[in-house]
Amino acid sequence: MEHAAIKANGLEKWFGEGEARTLAVQSASFEARYGEMLYIVGPSGSGKTTLLSMISGILKPDGGSVIVEGKDLWMLESDEIADLRLNKIGFVFQDYHLFPRLTTAENVAIPLILKKMEWNTALKVALEYLEIVGLKDRAQLPPVKLSGGEQQRVAIARAIAGQPDILVLDEPTASLDGDTGRKIVEFVKTNILNDKRCIIIVTHDSRIDEYADAIMKMEDGKIIGVERNRALKGVGE
Amino acid sequence: MPGILKIALKLLVNDKSKFAALLIGITFAVFLMVMMMSMFSGILARSSSSVYNIGAKIWVMDPAVNNATSSIPMPDYVLSAARSIKGVKYAVPLYFGGAQVKLKSGAYQAVTVVGLDDATLYGRPDLIEGNIENIYAENAFFVAKDAEFSKLESPKIGTEFEINDFRGVVVGLAMVASSGLFGVPTLYTTHSRAVTYIPSTRFTTSFILVEPKSDADIPYIQQQIKKLGYQALTRNEFVKKISDFYTYKTGIGMNILLMTAISFIVGLSISGQTFYTFILENLDKFGALKAIGAKGRVLISMILFQASFTALIGYGLGVGLASTMIILARIRIPDYAAQVTYMTLGFAFVMVLIIAGVSSYIGVRKVLQIQPFDIFRG
Ligand SMILES: Nc1ncnc2c1ncn2[C@@H]1O[C@H](COP(=O)(O)OP(=O)(O)OP(=O)(O)O)[C@@H](O)[C@H]1O
Ligand SMILES: [Mg+2]
Repeated sequence: MEHAAIKANGLEKWFGEGEARTLAVQSASFEARYGEMLYIVGPSGSGKTTLLSMISGILKPDGGSVIVEGKDLWMLESDEIADLRLNKIGFVFQDYHLFPRLTTAENVAIPLILKKMEWNTALKVALEYLEIVGLKDRAQLPPVKLSGGEQQRVAIARAIAGQPDILVLDEPTASLDGDTGRKIVEFVKTNILNDKRCIIIVTHDSRIDEYADAIMKMEDGKIIGVERNRALKGVGE
Repeated sequence: MPGILKIALKLLVNDKSKFAALLIGITFAVFLMVMMMSMFSGILARSSSSVYNIGAKIWVMDPAVNNATSSIPMPDYVLSAARSIKGVKYAVPLYFGGAQVKLKSGAYQAVTVVGLDDATLYGRPDLIEGNIENIYAENAFFVAKDAEFSKLESPKIGTEFEINDFRGVVVGLAMVASSGLFGVPTLYTTHSRAVTYIPSTRFTTSFILVEPKSDADIPYIQQQIKKLGYQALTRNEFVKKISDFYTYKTGIGMNILLMTAISFIVGLSISGQTFYTFILENLDKFGALKAIGAKGRVLISMILFQASFTALIGYGLGVGLASTMIILARIRIPDYAAQVTYMTLGFAFVMVLIIAGVSSYIGVRKVLQIQPFDIFRG
């Protein structure tokens, strides 16, 4: 089995025009593996979100390549990239972006509905995922009635409902208090991560470091180091 | 229904205040447009009522005439000339005139008097009551049973009245296809009696009604009449002439057009603006959908569906409201001149589609522009 879920090679991204033109990410190469929870950490503005977007098919790089499941992602047509995102990648956005006018269950069902699953089936499957995140009894409520941590769990349920191989989370704990944040990440680690799945988390919350299998550090758009096999080490301590 | 459209529908309908504002905008626009155009159709149909009610095939008139009730009398030689045109089966004079009637109660009422050719009674109406022979009886008049009938205090056979100081008696009631525009009741009598009872100009032929031997003769007859300096129009041509007159030569057509345009613009701005706000407020959600993997055409189908759904409901409500208004108005004013034609419905429908189209175009542009990356960055 191929261990790398994502392979990035010399990724590069520029923003702005003329004088203001800046290099947000430069010559970034790394791989994210199945069965591991990889953190991307670094100071604000170091290019973490930019890098995450390029490897998940949301932002086209100006240079370099991304290999996802053996395919050169940015050589695909935009519709193929959309399909790849839909089928292989789950997203948890920092601000959740749940639909306030849909019920919690309908929110979770969205990736399934986009995959053309029949409405009632999709809602049934959504309930299963709400159960996984422990919110089955909130299925009929609009998300705004839920607490921040609960909304984050709904967002996670939505991200995994389509059974993606790769799950990306940008600052999942940023708008949660420390305890709730830890619980969410712990939950993801124990319930969502498995051998066939790769989870990438962008964070600068060091309180959740203990759950990382690998930590990749960024500074000024460059990857300055990757630390692996932390969990093994962590277990011993 | 595909699930994604169901999602689109819920996003729209569950946003109750905006959905209501959208519906009000479109309903209002459709209501006003349908109302304006129905009133106009009603007026046009009424304006030609005499032409419909007197079922002649060809009408001969002075070219300056543009309305059946305000005719320009023609000299007698036109009638003889018309009779001698090849292809004319018969040609008869028709008299149109106004008179004052003094009713039993003592009240005065203006009427239109139609004088039918004594010999043939060509152009006579179908009767509801009475015998057409009785038109030759002394002082005999038929009364048109149209919307104005009650203004003559709903007379029966035998009811007497005074007309310009002559005695008149009702000998029957006539059916009409359509009521007139000017709210004046109509009496039928013979040409000779009409001319005697009503003070007239030197000429007494308002129109000449012509029956051709066959329809193929019509162009030739029209050509010959034209040579006399007069105009021969088929029924449809005459109706069109009258409609054109009201549409283009009076303020009515222009005003209706303006009001319709204003209704359209008001409706378009309300709905377009509201829909745009709706899209803007949901922009990050559409962006999130895009990031999750919704293709551009899926988002477009959602927006088109939302816009056309609102438009169709608004259209239904608007048409329903306009029809209800017309029905209610008829209860109070029986001869309220408004009719909802298929053309009006079709026109309003096209306008609504344009409103929906413009609104969704703006929405689609906005949604296709959003970059999932910007959503991702928050
Ligand atoms: N759309 C854009 N236009 C211009 N500059 C941009 C844009 N997106 C990102 N940048 C710049 O690129 C750099 C990297 O941004 P990025 O959002 O990836 O940082 P980050 O590490 O995720 O920061 P944070 O921890 O604050 O989220 C920053 O200097 C940022 O200002
Ligand atoms: Mg970031």
